[in-house]
Amino acid sequence: MSRRLLTLIPLFGSVLASCGPRGPRALTVMTHDSFAVSETVAAAFEAENDVTLRFLASGDAGEAVNKAVLAAGNPLADVFYGLDSTFLSRALEAGIFEAYESPLLGQIPDSFELDPGHHALPVDYGDVCLNYDRAYFADRGLEPPGSLEDLLRPEYRSLLVVENPAASSPGLAFLLATVGHFGEDGYLDFWEGLRENDVLVVNDWEAAYRTEFSGSSGGGPRPIVVSYGSSPPFEVMFSPEPLEEAPTAAVVSDGSCFRQIEFVGILRGTENRELAEAWVDFMLSVPFQEDLPLQMYVFPVNSEAGLDEIFARYLAIPEHPAFVSPEAIAANRETWIEAWTETVLR
Amino acid sequence: MTPPRATAGHPGLWAGLRPALLLAALWLAPLAFLALFYFFPLGSLLSLSFSRSAGGPAAPFLSILTSRFMRGVIGFTFGQAALSTALTLLLGLPGAYLLARRIFRGKDVLRALTAVPFVMPTLVVAAAFSALLGPRGWLNVALMDLFNLAAPPLRVLNSLGAVVLAHVFYNTTIVLRTVGDFWSHLDPRLGQAAQTLGAGRAQTFFRITLPLLMPAIAAASLLVFLFDFTSFGVVLVLGGPRLATLEVEIYRQTVSLFNLPVAAALTVIQLAFTLGITALYLRLSARLQRPLHLRGRAQTQRPLRGFRERAVAGALIAMLLVFLLSPLLALAARSVSRLDPEAGEQGTLRPGLTLDYYRELGVNRRLSRFYAPPAAAIGVSLVYATATVALALGLGLPAAWALARHGGSLASRLIDPILMLPLGTSAVSLGLGFILALGRPPLDLRASPILVPLAHTLVAFPFVVRSLVPALRSIRPRLRHAAAALGAPPLQVIRRIDLPLVGRGVLVAATFAFMISLGEFGATALVARPEFPTVPLAIYRFLSAPGSLNYGQGLALSTILMAVCTAGMLGIERLRIAEVGEF
Repeated sequence: MSRRLLTLIPLFGSVLASCGPRGPRALTVMTHDSFAVSETVAAAFEAENDVTLRFLASGDAGEAVNKAVLAAGNPLADVFYGLDSTFLSRALEAGIFEAYESPLLGQIPDSFELDPGHHALPVDYGDVCLNYDRAYFADRGLEPPGSLEDLLRPEYRSLLVVENPAASSPGLAFLLATVGHFGEDGYLDFWEGLRENDVLVVNDWEAAYRTEFSGSSGGGPRPIVVSYGSSPPFEVMFSPEPLEEAPTAAVVSDGSCFRQIEFVGILRGTENRELAEAWVDFMLSVPFQEDLPLQMYVFPVNSEAGLDEIFARYLAIPEHPAFVSPEAIAANRETWIEAWTETVLR
Repeated sequence: MTPPRATAGHPGLWAGLRPALLLAALWLAPLAFLALFYFFPLGSLLSLSFSRSAGGPAAPFLSILTSRFMRGVIGFTFGQAALSTALTLLLGLPGAYLLARRIFRGKDVLRALTAVPFVMPTLVVAAAFSALLGPRGWLNVALMDLFNLAAPPLRVLNSLGAVVLAHVFYNTTIVLRTVGDFWSHLDPRLGQAAQTLGAGRAQTFFRITLPLLMPAIAAASLLVFLFDFTSFGVVLVLGGPRLATLEVEIYRQTVSLFNLPVAAALTVIQLAFTLGITALYLRLSARLQRPLHLRGRAQTQRPLRGFRERAVAGALIAMLLVFLLSPLLALAARSVSRLDPEAGEQGTLRPGLTLDYYRELGVNRRLSRFYAPPAAAIGVSLVYATATVALALGLGLPAAWALARHGGSLASRLIDPILMLPLGTSAVSLGLGFILALGRPPLDLRASPILVPLAHTLVAFPFVVRSLVPALRSIRPRLRHAAAALGAPPLQVIRRIDLPLVGRGVLVAATFAFMISLGEFGATALVARPEFPTVPLAIYRFLSAPGSLNYGQGLALSTILMAVCTAGMLGIERLRIAEVGEF
């Protein structure tokens, strides 16, 4: 026993040693826990800038933002990545970022730039959309849903599962899609109708997609689910056996999806401003942008970044996702969630 | 009148001071640790939060107490914890008896297996329950096949039932270990004497055995109740969107709404309940505690005799297996099954076994910087767990000692309930508190992996103390007095009398600390270095990524965690067989 314990000491040592910088200079990047990057891509930045990257995963997107907000001015890291559009206002109001107008913003369409002051710079996006089990509808000769309104039709009764917006990020995004599409006056009527049509609500994406949805590995009873526009290509890519066709498809008609954009910013108080700028530029540049889909299942905002052939074939991108401004989200998030809870759950 | 002489060298005064100094020395490290890594961070968060309240610190309390929804949350938190604790005792006490008093083949394997649920991260338990009871879980599939049903007949997930089942699944091992261990050393002659005097079996149990067991039962109930009371992941993932405990609401107020004043008020309310429940327990246990003749196992255990005894034991073992192991087996079975549904076939799994998911674990397919082979993740988890055991024992032993030896002193009576507070504090609050409090040099630990074993120790510490105190208190004072009377200095009394007797308590305490660290997710995720994921973190990454290959890998790694945990527990059982600290 004691000898086995002894073998652990070097391991512990290596964990401890990793706290300190390994290279001559270190840059600390604070992220949410879904962050990932290819070894070659990260190493290229390190070699080019003679720096060691240190990543700090700080819980889910909401927890990470809160930590950055509470540490405003005395930051844990030099750069924060992973702020999404629903938390954007919280971070900007707390003033956690220093403004930086990266030259690479020129390669990014204006529609992604939600912060005109350039404190938070867009890096990637993902669309939250309805997904359906293609085989279910094909077998029954049933037309799959084409829009949010379709979900109210009697033939789709008891087919939809959604996530709770109070507990889940895609759940909140879908609620925002309905607010954007039906307006503040109409979204609750829509949800009332969904409730009458026997919508099932679960707390998180895993439960909805893995357990209740019929088109993926959970194989549950419901053939329509709120997931990502990118879920179908990933079903193909991460299947144990090669697939010709995606088992699922996303609904991307106008106003039926909500676009989550993720941002990066330089944390106020950093002592590595120059390196931080280099890293932000790097995140917006083509090599990092092209690495995004396979590492984090999100898509590049840089219009010069190319996509893998598999995405060209299986990925559907909504041309006109529903839109709600970050300020409106920040001001009404609680009200909308409360009203939703009152309408759908109680 | 001559003033009393107060020279330091005066022998009488020194003798009077010594116990107080000893007590202070015992409390120094544990209290310094709690002050620095618990009270300071939490206090910083609470004071910041209340300072942000527009209507003063009382306003959020008022808004909570006048809200029907919030009162419902508090009521539900209590109700589900009471129900879960009662059912856990119902399953755990007969199991504890069987493991404590009877000898049968495979007992150490059974003991080891019953500890595995305690280590499983919530997401794994959710996956396990879904594999067993979900709409396409084994049970529903079997029932649909058997009765030719079109829809899954069992809807257990997203209900109070699932929450309670999961709590029983998680916490039965606390009863088995805390009560079982005590029971296995209880002198059987007391009961035998009662029966010789004509008492029936039931009478003997209720009049003799149960009262003697009460300290251990009360300690186990307290721990189980507090765990259920502060339940977060289980309620969130298995309870569905309509159920919320205080802990779930604290998370929602903090993370989703960033309403820090209300979150702080809820935190204070939860801590007040934790303190109240602990104080109640301490009053009770002071009355229940009596010094005992503890006996070695050889004198208290015997093999099963006769058909009836065997049948009852068989039924008990079957119950334990159904409640504690069937979800795990369902998960393990799914990790070697093909997971993608056959096109168009609802509710069936494509038959066939595969080791693809296990093979895939060894491949860095995405060439990620954060790829960690299973062995590396297990290594990181073991390092944290070892550090947690060392830290929790190092701090818990002196604290338990002070409580057991000087429990009557005012200091001890005041400090004792406070030790349980970390169990009643959410990982989210503590994580934010660390950010506020530990961010100034020389102590900028906010980004340090050291925070992981520190946070684990905060959770493990109450367990260590609660497992040690009953063992230490049950040492009969006469033994120590005799040794002292024979001229043994205090340290020698400790070394020769207390330490050997307390060995088994230390083992139980170390086991709990180890298990808590191995399975902990919330605090770990808050300060993770993605290059060095623990096993629960690596599992979480797989389960939250799209595609069935990722899901399968998550299940495969969960199964490996179960295997590691079973092996670790069996190793500890081997130590027990060597009767460390037996007498």
